[in-house]
Amino acid sequence: MYDSGKILTGLAIFVLFVTFPIWYNHGDAGAVPKVEKAANNATQCVRPVDEMRSEHMQLLNEWRDDVLRTGDRSFAVEVDGKKYQKSLMNTCMKCHTSKKKFCDECHDYASVSPYCWDCHVAPEDMN
Amino acid sequence: MDKKRRDFLKIAGVSTLAGLGGTAVVDRLVSGTSPVQSEAAKHADNAQGGHDSHQEEAKSGNRYGMVIDLREFKKDPALGDKVVEVCNHTHNVPDFPKKKDEIKWVWLTGYENAFTEHSQNYKDQGTLDNEVLVMCNHCDNPPCVRACPTRATFKNADGIVAMDYHRCIGCRFCMAACPYGMRSFNWRDPRFALDMNKINKEFPTRMRGVVEKCNFCAERVGLGKQPACVEVCGSSKAIVFGNLNDPKSEIRKVLKENYTIQRKPSLGTHPSVFYIV
Repeated sequence: MYDSGKILTGLAIFVLFVTFPIWYNHGDAGAVPKVEKAANNATQCVRPVDEMRSEHMQLLNEWRDDVLRTGDRSFAVEVDGKKYQKSLMNTCMKCHTSKKKFCDECHDYASVSPYCWDCHVAPEDMN
Repeated sequence: MDKKRRDFLKIAGVSTLAGLGGTAVVDRLVSGTSPVQSEAAKHADNAQGGHDSHQEEAKSGNRYGMVIDLREFKKDPALGDKVVEVCNHTHNVPDFPKKKDEIKWVWLTGYENAFTEHSQNYKDQGTLDNEVLVMCNHCDNPPCVRACPTRATFKNADGIVAMDYHRCIGCRFCMAACPYGMRSFNWRDPRFALDMNKINKEFPTRMRGVVEKCNFCAERVGLGKQPACVEVCGSSKAIVFGNLNDPKSEIRKVLKENYTIQRKPSLGTHPSVFYIV
């Protein structure tokens, strides 16, 4: 192999550069954000907490399709005997009253930027 | 390899015949069974029947419609603006001062603009002086729905031509397809022109780059309420809303008792909005 010294040094620098975020943070992903509790002291969500944490996006998509495309606007979501509408603005955000604390903290941590709030109005945006 | 001209001509002739005959056989087999063709044939039948043909078919399910009594709007000239205002507030419709940025769901326009197919000759002063309330016609045969490449606009089970803004890619084919010009495009972020402290907190806004229009208050009708524009007219019955497929509904009664017209009936779109002039 010609110029093996140069190539190997270059490769080493490249690998170091690419893995910079990992060794710079010592393989630590940082503190997992603590999600804010519901504002009205509710103890139950529409689904178990673990399920909501990992699959709320699927649920929101299902709700969207039910309401918008199937036209099912019934108050079909039942929690603790109370009935709720399938709605992000009118159901979710009534308990989780802060988009900043409830949505953004985790989304920033996970580096995802869903486009919900381009149209839907966050509780902070209206007074 | 040695090919004689005689052999070549024979082979060419036979393959030409096979080609022509083959396509004829395939056409014969396919014709009538293709869903596209039979659908097209159905539409052609509808168009031939004129704009009344759909009323003769007994249809199940809902088809919401509206009767706008322009006589009531003549009686109360402030009513039209009131209707527009309440709709704009209910659906967070922004008010852009520049005409090219305008977003409109329901608005007032001249008789000659609303009813272009009807005779404009020697119209009476009352008709000329009073503007006509126009909005999406929620056609039974909506051209915008056929034009939409993402099915962002679609006809729902209630006969309402609805928009799913999550799916709209802003191509504006629907705007080109709508023969009434009832759709608006968000050239700019609508929140620039909305006072976020005064918006309707139960309804989203839109984002830049989507097309929007009247949704027949699907979000209210779904909850058993009347559309906002109908509600604001109160007891005047200037706008009557109801199920066109239900022969006992109030709207059918109004339609039976009054002479009504639709916008551009010759296009075969079967509008669900009727006018008493």
